[in-house]
Amino acid sequence: MTAELGSFALVLALVLSLAQAGFSIAGRVRGSAVLAGAGEGAAAGAFLGVAFAFAALMIAFVTSDFSVANVAENSHTAKPLLYKIAGVWGSHDGSMLLWCLALTGFGAVIALGGGGLPARLKATAVATQGVLGALFLAYAVFASNPLLRLANPPVEGASLNPILQDPFLAIHPPFLYAGYVGMSVVYSLAVAALIEGRVDAAWARWVRPWALASWSLLTIGITLGSFWAYYELGWGGWWAWDPVENASFMPWIAATALLHSAVVTEKRGALAAWTVFLALMAFTFSMLGAFLVRSGVLMSVHAFAVNPRRGMLLLAILGVAAGSGFGLFAWRAPSLPPGGLFAAVSRETALVVNNIFLSAAVATVLLGTLYPLIRQALTGDMASFGAPYYNLTFTPLMAVVLLILPIGPLLAWKRADLGGALRRLWAAALVALAAGALVFALVQPRKALAAFGVALGVWLVAGSIAELADRSRLGKVGAGEALRRLRGLPRGAWGMTLAHVGIGVFVLGAAFETAWRVEAAKVMGVGDRLTLGVYELNLKSVGPVEGPNFAAERAMISVTRAGREVCQATPARRFYPVQRQTTSKVAICPPGVSDVYIVLGDRRTGDAGQPVWLVRAYWNRWSRLIFAGPLIMALGGLISLSDRRLRFGLPQRAAKAALEPAE
Amino acid sequence: MNILPKSRKARRRLAVVALAAPILAGAAGLTLYAMGNTVSLFYSPSQAHAARVPAGRPIQLGGLVAKGSVVKLSDGSVDFVVMDHAAEDKVVYRGDLPDLFREGQGVVTKGAYRADGVFQASEVLAKHDEKYMPREVTRALKASGEWRGGEAQAGAAGAGS
Repeated sequence: MTAELGSFALVLALVLSLAQAGFSIAGRVRGSAVLAGAGEGAAAGAFLGVAFAFAALMIAFVTSDFSVANVAENSHTAKPLLYKIAGVWGSHDGSMLLWCLALTGFGAVIALGGGGLPARLKATAVATQGVLGALFLAYAVFASNPLLRLANPPVEGASLNPILQDPFLAIHPPFLYAGYVGMSVVYSLAVAALIEGRVDAAWARWVRPWALASWSLLTIGITLGSFWAYYELGWGGWWAWDPVENASFMPWIAATALLHSAVVTEKRGALAAWTVFLALMAFTFSMLGAFLVRSGVLMSVHAFAVNPRRGMLLLAILGVAAGSGFGLFAWRAPSLPPGGLFAAVSRETALVVNNIFLSAAVATVLLGTLYPLIRQALTGDMASFGAPYYNLTFTPLMAVVLLILPIGPLLAWKRADLGGALRRLWAAALVALAAGALVFALVQPRKALAAFGVALGVWLVAGSIAELADRSRLGKVGAGEALRRLRGLPRGAWGMTLAHVGIGVFVLGAAFETAWRVEAAKVMGVGDRLTLGVYELNLKSVGPVEGPNFAAERAMISVTRAGREVCQATPARRFYPVQRQTTSKVAICPPGVSDVYIVLGDRRTGDAGQPVWLVRAYWNRWSRLIFAGPLIMALGGLISLSDRRLRFGLPQRAAKAALEPAE
Repeated sequence: MNILPKSRKARRRLAVVALAAPILAGAAGLTLYAMGNTVSLFYSPSQAHAARVPAGRPIQLGGLVAKGSVVKLSDGSVDFVVMDHAAEDKVVYRGDLPDLFREGQGVVTKGAYRADGVFQASEVLAKHDEKYMPREVTRALKASGEWRGGEAQAGAAGAGS
């Protein structure tokens, strides 16, 4: 019964989304608060409907109700509870339901929580969100209903792909989707602003928290996904420029650019049209991501739940949403009010430079991702780009923008003193150069580019610290006074500094790990040793382990450094009998910033008939910084979000004070 | 000075364009350069033979893993044969095969031909999804007449059409 009620609730949510759009538009046109209120109520109703359908699917998964087709295809009674729940979004249909849940959820938040928004802007935004909700819910109801029943239910389910049965991957999609779909609110606010002809500081104040929240969630989602790929797939790498990875990375870059340009619109009223353009772009990239991942048009190693026919439907939704958004932009953007003027050297200019570089960077990623499709259409050849392409295009662009990053926060609005900013950074520059030189001199083999990368990372971290020191006037006033000033800094400033430190930490890890990763592989019997950089691995034993829904072979490997044991690694190979599939469980140790990463291979027969295993090991130096950096960035985003100046409902009064005469 | 536009708004626009143009031009130049030098072409064995891919050039080779061809050697390397309807190539790979690598199924390998015609793979890709048939492989097999569009490949057949 629950599945039928869930299906019904889903259809009801679709109707309510249409009502949300209709009532809100009527309320806006007639200026009726009652009609607009009805639209808001419908938005809340649509969310409750999808939430009910989602709960129904979750109940079906938890109780292993195999009469529901989606459960029969993706679950199994022996699967642990966490993965039964994660199975809800492990399939195409379920993940689209999660998408709809987030979409209507955010719609309900603007409808019910958007008290500070001007009534007309709010009604238009709620209507836009309703149209988006209706598009995706229609897709869920008619093309991808996860609650459909089977006529002849099987006794046992086919279970979830074992590689997806992992705690990190279980929580990765909710973060990623919340981030993707959070951009829909930004999109709706942009559409509303274009229709109302109102893009000003108050509007930017409304967009920023949503952009910040989505960006933070997307950052966490991408990091979780990357970390999962790192330790679950057993290849020792963390980013492959695979189309599916790029699909999540492009909205992230667009959102990063948006965060920076929205600041200019908020503080100075400038770049309004550009900020709106980026707001439309961010959600377009999110939808493009969903389409690329779910349609399988590009060859990817990790595309799950692919369905080409329905991919075309997603492309149609993308076309409708992006086409109407950008059409509206082309029509209305020229009439937007011009913003404040600024000198050639000013914080505004720094943020414009940031945006130009980020736009160029996202364009190179987009081109590299879609190139196989273009080339195939034009010549019929099949081709693709890997890391070398991105190392030549994306990486240099980012290196330049990161190199000038620490200068930006030290520049004043309107007109700034570049020499003064540089003078305040000399200590940071010195530290960075020294770190780069030290790494170049000491780390073998010598690599100049990687040493530059390390210097860049240190420059970003030290530059952020220099900026904090400058703000607290450390050195000019007493330590107590400086501390008091630091404590008095707005959370937005702390958030920005943390995010910039985070990118520095990431660059440090990425440069060091990529350049100085040490690999070793050997066929080992029990008692054999393998040398990995400064470590020595000793295979002590291999024994069987029984899991809840798998049988595993687990090795015990002692890792020693200079004769002293630093950790015991237990890499394993799991066999899942339901899918007849083997997966490897990587062992990562010891504590610190570097990983010793060990993969146990298939059992083979050695020369003397004894069992042997291919053991591959990587010494991924500083690799933990790669994942710690983005988490620091996301933390910065969340701290910024908690700034009371950015709270929903508060923006009006503060905005007026910040708004200066335009021309 | 009179070549500069008079209105402040137009001047600002000009300044932004002047700032953006070299950066975007640089990015476009880099992209074109990178495209010419780093593109990785996909071939099936018969296509690779027809195109006379020189030894040492990095490409992707894809096709079906010939049944019974997989040999795991005790030194940790693996041999197998990748075939399409018209031709086949021996592939040597040192490392662990992906968990979903199966005989009789599609596979994509990255690497280069050695002088002796054996394909030295540096990477073997098999997707995480057991129903997987790489799109490129589907197309290549269709082109060479090997394609039969069996039950397990129904989803991929839709992708190729």
